[in-house]
Amino acid sequence: MSALAANEMAAPRRSFWDRPWVAPLFVFVAVLAVWELIVLLLRPPTFLLPPPTLIWQSLSSQFGALMSYGFNTFQEAVGGFLIGCGLGLLAAMVVARSRWLADLLLPFAIASNSVPIVAMAPIAIVWFGIGPWSKVAIVAVMCFFPTMVSTVRGLTSAAPDAVALMHSYAASDWQIFTKLRVPSALPFVFNALKICTSVSMIGAIVAEFFGGAVNYLGIYIKTQAGILKTPDAWAAIVVACLYGLAFYFAIVLLERWLMPWHRHRDQR
Amino acid sequence: MAEAPIIAIDKVSKIYGNANARTVALQDVSLTIQKGELVSLVGPSGCGKSTLLRLVADLDTPSQGAITINGHAPEQARKQREYGFVFQAPTLYDWRTVERNARLPLEVMGRPADTWQARLDKMLAMVGLRDFHHHYPWQLSGGMQQRASIARALSFDPAILLMDEPFGALDEFTRERMNMELLDIWETTHKTIIFVTHSIAEAVFLSSRIVVMTPRPGRIAATVAVDLPYPRNFETRESPRFFELVTQVRETLKEEFVGHA
Amino acid sequence: MAESVLSTTDPRAAGSGTPRWLWLLIGYLVTFGIIAVIWEGSKAIFAIPDYKLPHLAQIVEAFFRPTPKGPTWLILLQDALYTAFEAFVGFTLGSITGFLIAALFQRYAPVRRGFLPYVIASQTVPIIAVAPMIVVGMGSLGAPPWLSKSIIAAYLTFFPVVINVLRGLESVDRDALLLMRSYAATDNQIFRLLRLPASVPYLFTALKISATASIIGAIIGELPVGSTRGIGVQIVVGSQYNTFNPGFLWATILTAALLGMIAYAVVALVERRIVRWKRPEREV
Repeated sequence: MSALAANEMAAPRRSFWDRPWVAPLFVFVAVLAVWELIVLLLRPPTFLLPPPTLIWQSLSSQFGALMSYGFNTFQEAVGGFLIGCGLGLLAAMVVARSRWLADLLLPFAIASNSVPIVAMAPIAIVWFGIGPWSKVAIVAVMCFFPTMVSTVRGLTSAAPDAVALMHSYAASDWQIFTKLRVPSALPFVFNALKICTSVSMIGAIVAEFFGGAVNYLGIYIKTQAGILKTPDAWAAIVVACLYGLAFYFAIVLLERWLMPWHRHRDQR
Repeated sequence: MAEAPIIAIDKVSKIYGNANARTVALQDVSLTIQKGELVSLVGPSGCGKSTLLRLVADLDTPSQGAITINGHAPEQARKQREYGFVFQAPTLYDWRTVERNARLPLEVMGRPADTWQARLDKMLAMVGLRDFHHHYPWQLSGGMQQRASIARALSFDPAILLMDEPFGALDEFTRERMNMELLDIWETTHKTIIFVTHSIAEAVFLSSRIVVMTPRPGRIAATVAVDLPYPRNFETRESPRFFELVTQVRETLKEEFVGHA
Repeated sequence: MAESVLSTTDPRAAGSGTPRWLWLLIGYLVTFGIIAVIWEGSKAIFAIPDYKLPHLAQIVEAFFRPTPKGPTWLILLQDALYTAFEAFVGFTLGSITGFLIAALFQRYAPVRRGFLPYVIASQTVPIIAVAPMIVVGMGSLGAPPWLSKSIIAAYLTFFPVVINVLRGLESVDRDALLLMRSYAATDNQIFRLLRLPASVPYLFTALKISATASIIGAIIGELPVGSTRGIGVQIVVGSQYNTFNPGFLWATILTAALLGMIAYAVVALVERRIVRWKRPEREV
């Protein structure tokens, strides 16, 4: 069956393989098996490519410690996320009210996307010390701009007729804001928040690469990699991924709760 | 009847742009509308019919001239919620169910909750959406969405309805059905309706009076009184008199159909 | 047309006489002036020490300070170019690989089903955490020092490219596909004549993200101990010597910021020349 037909024309064959979780699971297991096999056959040095079994061993034996390091890093990420996204929302509400201000500031905000904000970690360390607050600061800056830009877009996304409708009811500016602009902004806001969850975990870890205490994931990974204890580093990465996914899904749940009307792709 | 007109439009002009590039959307338009009339504004794009409607609704201001509604300015009429506006696109809010969309004006106007429900139910039933209170807009067809927006315009019982090509996006069959439903509503509620359309047949079918407008600059070309008896129905559109009236309007707009020499 | 903001969706908002660009220029100059005033003002009012917030003059001075190898700005320029090179290699590698994988995903649905979830998940998890291991690993294999940075840059480029190009390849109108079928076009022809051009705007959306990401990746790769060249190294050096030379750290970071912006601008300019016909839909 040509790919064209399979993609567009054929009715879905409800075989076992079509279920959404089956193929990824198969790939996951297959990749692990192949990895293990390669290590067994080629016998590379452990520090270069550790087998999954060794990683699992490291993970299970240090699970508690790793999870607590992860939690520390996670706190930095969440702290920065709350501050950055919170300020971004507030700034957006101010900026969206004034076209002149929006035209002036939005290009800066968009330009900040192309700046490696994480490179400012050393300055954050100088200001806030080597502890978690410097990482919180970097994450906050990284979350601020995307949130502000998306929220401004969302707040101004209402169709002119929808606004005219409100005017025809002689609605006050506050009513227009709460009943029209905020609900129409929500999809944009959540788009940004979902991106910010991964941005904050990444930001926290990379900021830690610039310096920090050992009971944080970033430092731990960097240190263990440096002394060639790669299984431990990989185990820490697994933990980092777990926290990252958990953060993302928390926001997805929040989105589903706050936007029950939103058609998600699968439902259309 | 020597009653004062409910809406009086007096030498209204609307000009867009500046000294270098002007568009005269409306030039020196005057019109009076009596209480309880169903008046259509018909004409091709650019004739200013939608602009005129929005001036009446105080969604825009005239460059010259004056409009009075119920004896006062459009701004006051708007603030006192004396009309309901229906747009061409249903303009329902995605995040509200049909019922919550219909009660949007009531919420904005701060009307107390206990007076809402009975009236809302009645309006939604009147437009045929009795079983769809808790559906979201995306679950409804175009025609049903438009009916919901009409129910919304009626929910706070304004005396005047301003409708801007409300059925323009619908297919012909649905449109004819909606025309008849609108006439039912009009005959039951006796509201004053200004109906903007570019369909001549629709204008003739619905109105008691047709205001024909032409563009460049936007102005009133003619007024045609429609003497077809009410209630009007499916057979009305097949009657000779209907055809005569449509032809009469078409002749007035001949240049718009055929093009300029 | 520029997006309308709250106050101007009301059609009664009047136009002003002065041209907008003039107002914007004035606005920017005023903003920069305000930043300078706030900067120096905060220093004075809160007595912020130089190592935390150097005088603007000190930052400028740091750029021109001579070193044994030449003026500082030259050194920073050379390191910036080195980082740019690392990033560019990675960017090219990652984009090409990403594009091929996206094409593979589009063509073979089972492959897509199996691997796409991981590509998407990689956007949400901090895979960047593997950077130290890549640097150490490649170093031990005797690879040239810039290679590990390029691989990290390729890594960060890869994922946005795959996701966006796939979205572009699949964005094709159903009717357009049926039209091709009516010409009895082969799958390859459909790919070449329909899907490929449709994917170009989406590709550029990803490339703009990747331009910055590859710079960031290269910088991150320069952080682990042992790297000697690149702007990331200079940032580390700057943070170590900050108390002695407070302007220098800021100068290095400013250079890195400029590098990121230039990378983005280059891609945006290329985009403007190539994609003249369409702007991709903004996804909500």
